[in-house]
Amino acid sequence: MSILVDADTTFIVQGITGREAINLTRECLDYGSGAKIVGGVTPGRKGRNVHGVPVHDTIADCVEAHGKPIDGSVVTVPPAFTKDAVFEAIENDIKLIVVVTERIPRRDVAQMVELAALRGARIIGPNCLGIIVPDVIKMGGIGGPARNAAQAYTPGPIGVISRSGGMTTEMSSTLSAAGLGQSTAISIGGDAIIGSTYAELMPLFDADEQTEGIVIYTEPGGRMEAELAAWVTETGCRMPIVAFMAGRFMDEMPGMSFGHAGTIVEGKEDTATEKIARLADAGITVAEEISEIPELMQSKLQAGSTA
Amino acid sequence: MRFFEYEAREIVKRSGIPVTDFGFTTDAAEARTIAERIGGSTVIKSQVLTGGRMKAGGVKFADTPEEAQAHAADILELEINGQMPRGVLVDPKADVKQEYYAGVVWDGTAKKPVILFSDMGGIDIEDVAREHPAHVGRVHLSNILPLSDYQAKECIAQTGVTGKALQRLTPIVRKLAQLFVDNDMVLAEINPLAEMHDGSFIALDAHMDMESEARGRHKQLLKDLGVGDDETRMAREPTEFELAGEAVDNASHRGVAGNVTEFDGNIGLVIGAGGGSLTLFDAVRAHGGKPANYCEIGGNPSVEKACGLAKLVLQKPGVDKIAVMMSIVSNTRVDIVARGVIKACLELDMDPAEKIAIFRIPGAWEEEGFKILEKYGIEYADRSVSMHEAARRAVAKIAGPEAVTT
Amino acid sequence: MRRDAIFIGIEVDQGALDEHSELPAHLTQVCPVDIYRETEGALEIVAENIDECVLCGLCLDTEHLGVAVGAVKVIKLYDDCAVLGAE
Repeated sequence: MSILVDADTTFIVQGITGREAINLTRECLDYGSGAKIVGGVTPGRKGRNVHGVPVHDTIADCVEAHGKPIDGSVVTVPPAFTKDAVFEAIENDIKLIVVVTERIPRRDVAQMVELAALRGARIIGPNCLGIIVPDVIKMGGIGGPARNAAQAYTPGPIGVISRSGGMTTEMSSTLSAAGLGQSTAISIGGDAIIGSTYAELMPLFDADEQTEGIVIYTEPGGRMEAELAAWVTETGCRMPIVAFMAGRFMDEMPGMSFGHAGTIVEGKEDTATEKIARLADAGITVAEEISEIPELMQSKLQAGSTA
Repeated sequence: MRFFEYEAREIVKRSGIPVTDFGFTTDAAEARTIAERIGGSTVIKSQVLTGGRMKAGGVKFADTPEEAQAHAADILELEINGQMPRGVLVDPKADVKQEYYAGVVWDGTAKKPVILFSDMGGIDIEDVAREHPAHVGRVHLSNILPLSDYQAKECIAQTGVTGKALQRLTPIVRKLAQLFVDNDMVLAEINPLAEMHDGSFIALDAHMDMESEARGRHKQLLKDLGVGDDETRMAREPTEFELAGEAVDNASHRGVAGNVTEFDGNIGLVIGAGGGSLTLFDAVRAHGGKPANYCEIGGNPSVEKACGLAKLVLQKPGVDKIAVMMSIVSNTRVDIVARGVIKACLELDMDPAEKIAIFRIPGAWEEEGFKILEKYGIEYADRSVSMHEAARRAVAKIAGPEAVTT
Repeated sequence: MRRDAIFIGIEVDQGALDEHSELPAHLTQVCPVDIYRETEGALEIVAENIDECVLCGLCLDTEHLGVAVGAVKVIKLYDDCAVLGAE
C-alpha cells in the first residue's frame, strides 16, 4: 500500500491554466495508471479544458460536476492568492491539499494549516513538489514528466520524506538503482512552517505494511528534526531511518539563508551540527553522502530482520 | 528583514505602546540639539544591525549636551562587527524600578506565534528560559481567531506578576502581539520593558524582524521608515559580484539564478537548485575544495540566464574553471543549461572543454544535452555518478588531485 | 531564409512565405521563446532568441494553413544538422 494517495484518489488543480500547472497536469495524467484529475479551477475561465480536464470558476462547481466529494487539490496559484485558494478547498471538504506555490508569508501558511486542522484536512507544502506512489500515481510536479519520473522511482519498501523537491528524486533514484524501491515519496516543502512535518507523516508510514524503512532529506533551520527525534524516541519506531543533512556549511554563516526559506539559522538548535547530534541520539543514522544511503538502509533492514 | 533600533522603536510607538522621547540622527551636532531638547542625562547608542554594541563601545552615557555631541562623533566613526553605524539614537537616561521582557516569535512546531514574557528583563531571554524557567511565561496565539487581552494577561500572570503591574502590562503586551501579527513580523521584542518609579511602563529598547516575503504588504510602513526597496538587510551587504548575480537573474524572466553568493575560493560553481546546491556545496568542501561562489539555478532557466551566470563565475578573479552540477532535474532542462554554459565560454573566447571541468546534470532532456556536451568535448556524467563523486572530480580537476582530501 | 545561431538553425522556405501571407503571424504566435517576429506581414528570425529554442515543434505544425510539411525546419547544429521531427 501507499500513504495519502492511491490509484483511486481524485483531485483537482487550482490555477490549472498557468504555464507550470498545464505541464503538471499533463505529467500527472500520463504517470502510472493515470491520475484522476476531475477538474481544474481558474476564476473566469469556466468552459475551457486543459489536456481534457474541464476548467471551472469555483471548487463548488467542480464538486457539483463530479457528483461526489473530491479527495484532493494541487494548488498552484500565485502567493498573494494562495491562502484564499486553500481556504476554498478546505471549506469544500477537500481533505488533502498539496501547495506548490513558494514565497507565501508565514502567517498565511499558519492560517491555512490551522483551518485545515480544524476541518480534519491535511496540507502538504507549501513550496513543495507533491507526492508520488511509484508506478501508480503522482500528485504534483514531483519527478517531472512521466518518462523521467519512471526512470527515478520504482515501487518498494522505502518511505521518502524530503524538504527539497529535487533531492526527493535524487535520493529515490539512488535507492532505485540499488534495488530499494519506494512505497511513497513526499516532498514536504522547504519553508519554515509547513503543513506536514516528518513527525506528522511518520504515523502514516508506521501504519503502512509496505513501508519497512524511511529515508529523509533535511537542512539547517527550524525544529522539525528535533520533533522527529522526539517522536522516534517516544514511540520506539519500528522502522529504521536514514537521514541526509545538506547545508552543513551554513553553520559558519548565521543569519544567512540559502536553499530554502526555512534554512535561515536563528538559534543553536537550528544548526546542521546540532541536528545531526539530535538525530543520532534518537538512533537515526545520518549519511555523509547520498550514495551511502542504500547500503546503510540495507544493513539496518537486515539487522532488523535477524533481531 | 531586520530593523534598526530607531525604526523598531518607531514601530512600537505607532502601535500605541509608550516609548521614551528618543531622537535619531546621523550628525553629531544634531545629537547635541536632541540632548538639549531632552534635558538631563542621555544615552547615545550606535545604530547597527549586530549585537555586542555595549562591549564594542557603541553605547555611551552623557551628562551634558556637549558630552552627547562628543560621544555621538566617536560612535559615528566606530565600526562594530564590520558594520559602520547607520546613525546614533539619543535617548533620555531612564530611572528604572524594574526591567521586564516581552516578545512574540513563531513556534514552528506548534505553527503558531507564541508570546513570551518575563519579569527578568534586560538580559537574553534564552538565558532566562534556561536558568530561570519559572520566570518565563508562554502563551500561543491562534492564527484565525482574534487576539484578546486575556492571552497577554495569562502570559504575564504565569510569571507571578499581579496587582497594578499586571493591569498595566496587559494592554502593552497585547499591543505587541497585535503589532507582530499586523506587520508580518518573525520577531517583535521589547527588552527591556521598564517599570518606572511612578508605576508607569515604557519600552526602552526593541528588536523587530519582518518576514522578507511579506515586505510587499507593508509598503507604506517601509516608506514611512525610509527603508529602500534595495535594502536586503541580510547579515552582510551584498558584494559587487552578488549584485551582478542578481542582475543576471533579473535580465531574463524564465527560471531562477538565485542566492548568488561570493566566497574566496577558486572552484567556480554553476549549481542548482535549492537542496541540490546545498548538497553540492557541502560536497565540494568535503573533498577539500574551496568554492569561489554559491548559487542556485533552477525553475527551467533560459539559455540566456544559464549563460549569464556562467559568464559571471568564469570572469571572477581567481576562477579558472567551473563545475556545472545539479541533482536530477525534472523541470530544468539538461540541454538548455548545457547550451547556456557552452555559450558563455564561446562568448568569452574560451574553450568549453577546458573551462567546464565537469557537467553533472541528469534528468529531463539529458539525451539531447549529452549530445551537445559530446560535440564540444566536455566531460559529463549521468545519474550513475553521485553528486559527491562529481564534486570530487571537480575538485581534482580544478584544484589539482593533491587538493582532494577524501 | 535561414539563420543559424550556435546550437540551432532555423530555415523557412521562401516559396511558402510568398504563397502564404498568414505564415509569419502564425509562427510568431506559436513560438514560446519568440524566435519569430512578424512586422507588417514580413517575417524576421530573431537572432538572439534562436538558441533559446526548446524543440517543441509547434512551428513545424503548418499543415492546417495549407503549408507543406518541411517548409519550416529547426536544425540541430550540434547533432550533425539533424532536422527536428525528421529523425
